[in-house]
Amino acid sequence: MPEWIYRRLGDRLFATLVAVLGLGVVGAALLITVVLYQGSAEAFRTFGFFGFLTSSVWDAVRGVFGAWPPLLGTLITASLALLLAFFPALAAAIFVVEMAPRWLREPVAYLVDLLAALPSVVYGLWGIFVLVPLVRAHLELPLFTWAAARAPLLVPLLGPPTGIGLLSATLVLALMIVPYASSLARDALALVPQSQREAMFALGATRWEVVRRVVIPYARAGIFSGVVLALARALGETMAVTMLIGNAVNLPYTVFGPAATMASLIANEFTEADTDLHLSALVAVGFVLLLLSLLTNLAATWVLHRLSRKEVRR
Amino acid sequence: MGKRFFLLLGLALLGTAVARPVQLNGAGATFPYPLYAKYFSVYHRLTGVRVNYQSIGSGGGVRQLFAQTVHFGASDAPLSDAKVAEFQKKFGTDPVHIPTALGAVAVIYNLPGVKAPIRFSGKVLSGIFLGRIRTWNDPQIAKLNPDLKLPPLPITVVHRSDGSGTTYIFTEYLSKVSPAWKEKVGFGKSVAWPAGLGGKGNEGVAGLVRQTPGAVGYAELIYALQNKIPFGAVKNRAGRFVTPSLESVKAAAVLEAFPADTRVSLTDTPAPEGYPITSMTWILVYRDMKANRAVRNRAEAEALAKLLWWVVHDGQQYNEPLHYARLPGVAVQVTERNLRTLTYGGAPLLR
Repeated sequence: MPEWIYRRLGDRLFATLVAVLGLGVVGAALLITVVLYQGSAEAFRTFGFFGFLTSSVWDAVRGVFGAWPPLLGTLITASLALLLAFFPALAAAIFVVEMAPRWLREPVAYLVDLLAALPSVVYGLWGIFVLVPLVRAHLELPLFTWAAARAPLLVPLLGPPTGIGLLSATLVLALMIVPYASSLARDALALVPQSQREAMFALGATRWEVVRRVVIPYARAGIFSGVVLALARALGETMAVTMLIGNAVNLPYTVFGPAATMASLIANEFTEADTDLHLSALVAVGFVLLLLSLLTNLAATWVLHRLSRKEVRR
Repeated sequence: MGKRFFLLLGLALLGTAVARPVQLNGAGATFPYPLYAKYFSVYHRLTGVRVNYQSIGSGGGVRQLFAQTVHFGASDAPLSDAKVAEFQKKFGTDPVHIPTALGAVAVIYNLPGVKAPIRFSGKVLSGIFLGRIRTWNDPQIAKLNPDLKLPPLPITVVHRSDGSGTTYIFTEYLSKVSPAWKEKVGFGKSVAWPAGLGGKGNEGVAGLVRQTPGAVGYAELIYALQNKIPFGAVKNRAGRFVTPSLESVKAAAVLEAFPADTRVSLTDTPAPEGYPITSMTWILVYRDMKANRAVRNRAEAEALAKLLWWVVHDGQQYNEPLHYARLPGVAVQVTERNLRTLTYGGAPLLR
């Protein structure tokens, strides 16, 4: 190709290409939102937006749909899973970056990341055949019998100790999101300048003090990004949760008992929803899920913004 | 090679254009899919007519039939009166229901130490699935099973979490036998279950039942048979406890007055030997096939009519090896009469 094409067009071509691809992504996201909103219009018209969000009856026979039970289920499982996953994930990252001997770093990091590569249906199967019997025999039954004998008030709160339900789903979900939180935290910790650590050691700090006072505060923003990513994953996880949560769309939820999340509800009922309103209500649940993800991401951006500003001020 | 090759190619293309075998398209229920696959592959070998069947679910089958994209639809539930009226108004002809096989829903359970099949009644089943009967040694269950020693184990109810024809049949049965169920829950492909865990698909329900001591659930009889899951006997309207089997399922359709359009719900059947949680599955076609845009000419209409005739006669021999019950004689007779009414532009398709 002649040189002038490069000179005249090269950059412009590149800029157009990038712009088209970039806008394409934005456009696709917008289109998804529009289509979801259109699909859910009938449900919102029938029940009202807030009526749909706050009603706790989901009954396809009578044609009454409310998204509160699955919304609550999603919030509970995702936030509990995040709480459970955060410290192990951070610990794994600290171990790999700060403590592990050189030869052990790569294998451990690799294995943790591998957890993210497992298909979620495999987690579901593992949950049903391995975790559920363990949870039932060693966690739920002992707690249940203890509560029945000592604290009968707790019994209705605990729910049936079958092993399938909120608790098992949350545990598997937590395991699934560990690699997301851990991987980003590891990168952030690795980026902390060596001079920071050395300065601290020079002051006579122990390893714990170095990690606690210097490394973690410095890597705060990166760690937080990992948390956000993990949370997003937890909110939308479908297959493993559907297999383990027991799929009951009626409140009140109990600790051991069955529940439903927005994603699991859609996966369950979408294929055979034969009235227009039912279909529309399911799409509306998808729309609410989208809104929830958007809100968490906005909140995360805001927090990240504040975190990085603080760093600059120091 | 040049010229000769193109000549041959041309001839070959011409040949396929002239003698192209008829191809029929159908869509619908997933429940009879293994059976239909068998029917259609055998029929292709016998006659050269190719049938393409997509198991997209009963609701989808009915939608495609209305959209005139298929030669026939397939459904586990007959069209409702309202749907039939809509069909007649829209297309100026009747939908014809052709039953092909019978299936049943088995009540499966996991009760360690209990060998003989447990006996249930409609009242007890609705009590269990409403969450009102909570332990296996409940007097209501014990009364039906005087010979069994039932443990004081809590009952864990397991139901389908996904929308399904199996749930439709099971809840329709409960609605017929229990006013409390009808009022509180009703029937449909997905209902608001008052109690229990939900598993996705037959395999999900069976998995949960197997995993949980004291669990009770429901699954297609075929699935329970193939996977050797214990299932119970259910008291029918005549007062007998009937274990689901190919015979008792077939017996459920031996009705004294078999309706002319075959649109009949077999749950809670009055047949004395019949298993009460039974249902037929149907193929749906247009009575005057010219009204269906998907049927392009008389040859296709004729091929479809002949296929259906074959399915309810010779095809029935493939039902039992695949664990589907055969149509009883009364159903075949009524269906023969219906098949003779099929026309293409007013001209009958079968002699």
